[in-house]
Amino acid sequence: MELLERFAAGDLEAFEALFRQHQKEVYAWTVRIVRDSGIAEDLTVETFWRIYRARQRFDPVAGNFRAWARRIATNAALDHLKRARRETELSEDFPAPAHSDSAVNSELRGHLRRAFLELPPKYRLVATLALIEDEPYNEIAGAAGISAALVKVRVFRAVRMLRKKLSSLGLEAAAK
Amino acid sequence: MSNEMNHHENEKELQELLKREFPPLQNAELQHDLWPQMLRRLDAHAEPARVPWFDWALAAAVAAMLFLFPNALPALLYQL
Repeated sequence: MELLERFAAGDLEAFEALFRQHQKEVYAWTVRIVRDSGIAEDLTVETFWRIYRARQRFDPVAGNFRAWARRIATNAALDHLKRARRETELSEDFPAPAHSDSAVNSELRGHLRRAFLELPPKYRLVATLALIEDEPYNEIAGAAGISAALVKVRVFRAVRMLRKKLSSLGLEAAAK
Repeated sequence: MSNEMNHHENEKELQELLKREFPPLQNAELQHDLWPQMLRRLDAHAEPARVPWFDWALAAAVAAMLFLFPNALPALLYQL
């Protein structure tokens, strides 16, 4: 029996083989969304736990395990963003790079950072992947289970929300 | 058309600022194997052993018998 078929039938060894094959990729995808290595590790385990529990729904013949795993990882990351909307900034362990800008720029960056972290989770998810990580819209769409057109709309709205927020703070440089 | 170009330029500018504040993590790599954590998770949520239905039926039958014929208890204990 093929690996995917054995996995779908509940074979733990097959699941371990799939876990070892895909854990790095799932982690790399998740950490780009949540931007915290510890949380990304926990979410990688959570993702595979969800995969294991849903194994009977996976079609080993027609199914694409990689795409399925990425979609579940995206949902797990989104659930995390929803839960930890307020605490995310504190938990981020990839520090912002040091700048030697003026006080005004420093203030702008601080407000931009805060405004970005305060975006509603579904907007933050697509904005992070599209604007920061340069992921193509169709990749984001596949992972989030929405259309590429909706990804585009959400990125547009996220940019508008950020500009509006910065504008309301009197920070026109990035908001115009 | 002009509005769309304007928006595109603004988006690019904001994107550059965001990238300076949140550097892309395209090269972030997993530092260690997560399988031991996964195993702990699986163990913690392992399904409890299921008692077959006929065991429950047998227990119910014994309980019913003892209720109806309490004098059978010594015989039952002798068999154990």
